[in-house]
Amino acid sequence: MSKGQSTGSDNRLLAEALSCVRGERLLFRGLDFLLEPGEAGLLTGPNGVGKSSLLRLLAGLLQPSAGSFIAPEKKALCDDRLALDEHLPFEQALRFWAKLDGKGQADVAAAMAHAGLGHLAEVPVRYFSTGQRQRARLARTYLTGAGLWLLDEPANGLDTASVDQLGVALQSHLDGGGIILAASHIPLPIAFDFTLKLEPLEDLEACL
Amino acid sequence: MFVMNSIATIIWRDVRQSYASGGTWLPVIFYLSAATLFPFAVGPDRALLLQTGGGILWIAALLATLLPLDRLIQPDLENGVYDQMIVRGLSDEMIAAARLVSHWLAFGPPLLLAAVLASGLMGLDGAALGTLLASLAIATPALAGLAVMIAALTAGMKGAGALGGLLLVPLAIPLLIFGAGSLSAQGSSALAFLAAISLLLVAITPFAAGAALSAVRE
Repeated sequence: MSKGQSTGSDNRLLAEALSCVRGERLLFRGLDFLLEPGEAGLLTGPNGVGKSSLLRLLAGLLQPSAGSFIAPEKKALCDDRLALDEHLPFEQALRFWAKLDGKGQADVAAAMAHAGLGHLAEVPVRYFSTGQRQRARLARTYLTGAGLWLLDEPANGLDTASVDQLGVALQSHLDGGGIILAASHIPLPIAFDFTLKLEPLEDLEACL
Repeated sequence: MFVMNSIATIIWRDVRQSYASGGTWLPVIFYLSAATLFPFAVGPDRALLLQTGGGILWIAALLATLLPLDRLIQPDLENGVYDQMIVRGLSDEMIAAARLVSHWLAFGPPLLLAAVLASGLMGLDGAALGTLLASLAIATPALAGLAVMIAALTAGMKGAGALGGLLLVPLAIPLLIFGAGSLSAQGSSALAFLAAISLLLVAITPFAAGAALSAVRE
């Protein structure tokens, strides 16, 4: 297999010997894992170890420096950036992504309800609180209808009730045959099929 | 089909946003201010205004290009909008091409409208006005392309606006020479050169700006 992403309409997430170098620093190397439809993986590890970079790499935003991966064609990335027009009412801002994702009005309403933001449809995004912004990111992710969800700290800034609500959404995605790979230091209320622990490479070399 | 629909959606969003935010009218107001101030500065000598007015309107158009530089790419880049488009399978070149079209739609037509008003202040008559409008219509896509390229190159840098101005002005000189030159007697060959430069700049914009967008992600 050639370096980088091989395009296939595979609905698994399969990584083979993935390595990533950023800013002349090797973040991780030789990562192998497989997530079948309906499975969830948890990424853990200290700050700066490359969790976000791995998610961005799988989303197609970074090139692996070695190794390759196969991923479902439709992916959703939920990172710390909102990517919604701040001055627009929430529903209208979501509708832009709905059009790109080929979704309709009903899907937008469902995604908002799923994220517990149905009552804020008419409120401009710039008035959202930290927790509401996080839920808005999740709503944008739910809306994609993508098979693979790449979640970077999805529970950041959420209260307990919202974390439970997030758990319901994640579980229904898994039940529908979706795949989740999440980096989170807040325990998420779903059962993970495996945990991928990224270690700082200096420590790893000291062990060898 | 997916790509064409997506690009149309993106262009529509950008255009609506720049008209709604008022960002479109700032260059127009600047342009009209420059045109209004010039007769005050050099005096109401009709012959002098006729002779120099077209050139001044061209300089004003070039400077008006600088105004929206820091709002073209930076906000969407910072907010992760381009990342989300890439995740959805759009390429950097397509994003840049869409930005070029949407920026021109928000920049070109209003500037042409302002040029009609401004040329009244300079006393430009029918034929000269026609040539001025033709040259601006040919050059505004290139000016929009330069703005998008430089905005993408400087996105994420401190003082991007000032640096962008420094980069853009020298690159726009050929446009100014042939654009303002088209107002003189041998106008038609200058217009042809202007069109050639404009086509070149428009053609390279998606690739140059796309490469810049891709580089900033690494």
